[in-house]
Amino acid sequence: MSTALMSLATSGDIPSDTVEPILTQITASDAGGIFEFMWLLLALPAFGAAVLFVAGRRSNAWGHLLGVLMAVIPAGLAIWLLVALMGRPEESRTITQHFWDWTFVGTFNAEFAIRLDPLSIVFVLLITIVGGLIHIYSVGYMAEDPGRRLFFAMLNLFLAAMLLLVLADNYLLLYLGWEGVGLASYLLVGFWQYKDVAAVAAKKAFVMNRIGDVGLSIAIMLMFVTFGSVTFGDVFAAAPEADSTTMTLIGLALLLAATGKSAQYPLQAWLLDAMEGPTPVSALIHAATMVTAGVYLIVRSNAIFDQAPVALNVVLAVGLVTMIAGAWIGCAQDELKKALAGSTMSQIGYMFVAAGLGPAGYVFAIFHLVMHGMFKADLFLGSGSVMHAMNEERNMRFYGALRGVMIVTWITFICGFLGISGLPPFDSAFSKDDIIAAATSQNWFAGAVTIFAAGLTATYMTRMMAMTFFGKARWHDDAHPHESPQTMLWPMIILSFGAIFGGLFAVGVIGDLNILEWLKPVTGYEEAALEVPHWSLEVITFVVVIIGIVLTWMQFGMRDVPQAAPQHVTVLTKAGREELYTNTWHEELLMRPGQHLTRWLVWFDNKGIDGAVRGIASGIMGIGTGLTRTQTGYSRRYALVMVGGFLLLVAVFFLAWWF
Amino acid sequence: MTFPEIAWVQLTPVIIMLGAAAIGVLVEAFAPRTSRRPIQMFLTFAALIAAFVMVVINAGTFEVIMDGAMAVDGPALFLQGSILLIGMVAALLISERTIDPSGDAFAARASAMPGSLDERQFTARGYFQTEVWPLFMFSVGGMLVFVAANDLLVMFVALEIMSLPLYLLAGMARRRRLLSQEAALKYFVLGAFSSAFFLFGTALLYGYSGTVSFTGIQAHITAQPQMLGLLLAGIAFLVVGLLFKVSAVPFHAWAPDVYQGSPTPITAFMAAAVKVAAFGAMLRVMYVALGGAVWDWRPVFWVIAALTFFVGSIIALAQTDIKRMLAYSSIAHAGFLLLGVASVSREALAATMFYLVTYGLATVGAFGLISLVRNESGEATSLDAWRGIGKKSPAVAGAFSLFLLSFAGIPLTAGFVGKFSIFASAAAAGSVWLVFLAVLASAIAAFFYVRVIVVMYFSEPTEKTADVVMPSWATTGAIVVGVAVTIALGVFPQPVLDLAMSANIFVH
Repeated sequence: MSTALMSLATSGDIPSDTVEPILTQITASDAGGIFEFMWLLLALPAFGAAVLFVAGRRSNAWGHLLGVLMAVIPAGLAIWLLVALMGRPEESRTITQHFWDWTFVGTFNAEFAIRLDPLSIVFVLLITIVGGLIHIYSVGYMAEDPGRRLFFAMLNLFLAAMLLLVLADNYLLLYLGWEGVGLASYLLVGFWQYKDVAAVAAKKAFVMNRIGDVGLSIAIMLMFVTFGSVTFGDVFAAAPEADSTTMTLIGLALLLAATGKSAQYPLQAWLLDAMEGPTPVSALIHAATMVTAGVYLIVRSNAIFDQAPVALNVVLAVGLVTMIAGAWIGCAQDELKKALAGSTMSQIGYMFVAAGLGPAGYVFAIFHLVMHGMFKADLFLGSGSVMHAMNEERNMRFYGALRGVMIVTWITFICGFLGISGLPPFDSAFSKDDIIAAATSQNWFAGAVTIFAAGLTATYMTRMMAMTFFGKARWHDDAHPHESPQTMLWPMIILSFGAIFGGLFAVGVIGDLNILEWLKPVTGYEEAALEVPHWSLEVITFVVVIIGIVLTWMQFGMRDVPQAAPQHVTVLTKAGREELYTNTWHEELLMRPGQHLTRWLVWFDNKGIDGAVRGIASGIMGIGTGLTRTQTGYSRRYALVMVGGFLLLVAVFFLAWWF
Repeated sequence: MTFPEIAWVQLTPVIIMLGAAAIGVLVEAFAPRTSRRPIQMFLTFAALIAAFVMVVINAGTFEVIMDGAMAVDGPALFLQGSILLIGMVAALLISERTIDPSGDAFAARASAMPGSLDERQFTARGYFQTEVWPLFMFSVGGMLVFVAANDLLVMFVALEIMSLPLYLLAGMARRRRLLSQEAALKYFVLGAFSSAFFLFGTALLYGYSGTVSFTGIQAHITAQPQMLGLLLAGIAFLVVGLLFKVSAVPFHAWAPDVYQGSPTPITAFMAAAVKVAAFGAMLRVMYVALGGAVWDWRPVFWVIAALTFFVGSIIALAQTDIKRMLAYSSIAHAGFLLLGVASVSREALAATMFYLVTYGLATVGAFGLISLVRNESGEATSLDAWRGIGKKSPAVAGAFSLFLLSFAGIPLTAGFVGKFSIFASAAAAGSVWLVFLAVLASAIAAFFYVRVIVVMYFSEPTEKTADVVMPSWATTGAIVVGVAVTIALGVFPQPVLDLAMSANIFVH
């Protein structure tokens, strides 16, 4: 007699036990005032993307306007949030907003919660403001493109994913954003998919990013195993007590992820190819925001890297190598955007160097990241404006003398040039000098390399400047360069203000917000003792930069640039043009063996696995066909089967009773 | 003997349904031919809606009425509501008149010999048969009693009220009438045979306990565990009758023939509503009356369940006719549901009820779609005729794929949630090995569901490919309800799961 059964059939109250609900709706905690509306940062662009994707062609007429609106409103909200955050005391500037329990399996629990703190607000501002400006720019840039509405849908999707990445309160949610920006980047690089190169470049970007993503997923798994949680707060609180080998493993896995996303050596090859995408995409995703996500990941995980000195040293090494490699490539490429892409790699290399210095450098990494976001977006938009004027010609050897016809573009490009080259008092003069000083204080070799890279930066920028805007016109016969429309110019103008005054603003010379002091509570800071006076480094850097500018000007500004790239060049130039042969060794060492592996796997799948599946299927099918014969259609036969069934029942009954 | 007090309020759904059916008979007798159809349709839908409203009003009732003959409790009301909902959707299919150029799905005059001059004349004159409606209402009324019956005799009567109209309805197809009549006769003969088993089981149980009331039998089992032989024989006979109705193997042989031969709206109604009613009755009789003997009958149900889901899935693989394939699929589903019955727990009861309502509504929708794919001789149910249908009508192919995926139990469809809850409750009840077998059978079943999707989408239409007819709003509505329920309860099943969980105790 089963008791469970008795209780089942007894009269009484309706039972109150219910199944665990799948979604638990919980109201926002800790958030209040304007912070209640944090979710709009994510929701608006996501909404815009959803509407534009779903409405399809019907929204062609107004799609771009909605897209712009869904980027500009979050920018306004972000500024408001910054002001509100500044009004709070330092220790209560971390605000979380919880929406629902996203995933829970056993003890694993990832909430759908966002976290706003001094670090994430900096990113939110960068993403929404630069993103908003680039949305506006794209209205003009893509005006002739039949797929403009789709383009804005994807841009909005990107914004939503990127904001999720920097606002997530746990690593799993960050991973969602991480993959989201990867998807958006894939879609946008391949936006002109009818061009073979664009389609291939998109695929390449996606695959190389996936290699890095494996690192992130491994890191998340290790964190869960080690700490039992993937929430930032839990992980950071538990990190100082954790075993250093595990921390090193997690750190290296995170670095792998960061390397892929931020195009650092040896996973950098996709970035130059990604320049096949529309220029606003290069500016937003492949210069200002997404590619810097790796730096965000490392700085955000500072509690882990502090326990993993080995991993930090690897970060430093990766940064140094990429810094030089990127600048090298930037010096040799003839396509304007590819040269800029090399520059992006190199500048992110700077950030990695800073992050690799540990607590002495985290803040400078973010500082340089923000500065870079402004001047590099400015430069990319300028390059887009130039290409727009030159019938989409990308090769600088067919430019020249454009300063006369595109004055606004030229001036904004100069602003970007000043911002990146490190001449005081412009952006990099502050951020780059800080990195150089911090590097020198820890490791004189690293310091020397960063100073050398500053010289290279000046070199490739002067080369671009000279080849594009100065010298003689080397245009194609059908080129009629003209200034770009207003919607494109204004974002460039605003960004060039950022490139000029950003540094002054960020260190508090203008305004009263010092980004370094602002970030230190989140990133931690230990001032490293510098053996030489700070000004001496600044002077050395200045001299190196000036030497770079002057030498390059003598080569490209004062002599004629041939339309055909010279063939008798040094080994260094050749290597730079070939992107340091990374593609070659990737192809030989990875791609070809990979192709053989896939071919073998396909063969095995067809013969081995599918064979087994088909065998089983046809076996069961055979049984089925056999059993179908019992279906004779005669009622007498059916009745007989029923009697047989009844006898079977009785047999089972009595067998069960017997035992 | 005192006359039992009549519980009018609790009985209203049944009274409304059977009363409307009786009025329907009078309408057939007295109303002029042209006005019968609108009157019958109005009666049917009004009765279904009114009965449903009364079920909702009665929600929360928990008592035995009519001197112990009927029970009104959570499961009874939940299942009555499900039957009425499925009835409404099925009635929409029955009312469809635009997809067959010569009329609706039913013969102009069922009495006319197939192929005779009479038949041709009746068809030419555009006669319609409106007796379908009262028969349908009687059947629904019988189902409402069936799931609430609390003694064996009431249950038997309800079983017959439910079944007799169905035997008739099965033989009324407009097209391929011989096949339809053969199906009806087969269904009737075998149904009568199974009723005899049921009745004999009732007699044996009466002999064992001296009563036919569930409560009395349960009390007897608890008090006096002698004469076990009589009890076991009684249970064996009784369950044959019930297993026949749910088409469990080896009592399933009628189902493919009857499903294929019957008019499609009736097939839809049978496959969905009869299953709900029969499982409802089976749950009550096994849990309430025979609950004390659970250790005796449970092994039998294990064997039958495993046999049913394996044989159903395996034979379905070899089918080339969509209707027959769905018939075998419904047999396989009966196997999974039997797993729920054998688990004997509140969770299993709730899971089984959830499964029944979602499966029922999806089934009606799926048969509604089948009625749209036609060639000049009527419905084209051969798999060849569905080749490349995805290119001809993405909407029909898409909706049908959704139903198939739900039947296969793919996540984000209601079918997954139902299957998962039944399997979970069975595993909790200790039959992990049986769940393992059921998962294997689901994998086999997925093969033939997906094969249809492959046929629809991944092959080019041939000259054999049938046309897709545009239905009126009625069939469209039935399909839309099925699609909506399948998606909604797949993504957000909690409200209905909660409802089923709050209705999972039998009154006793």
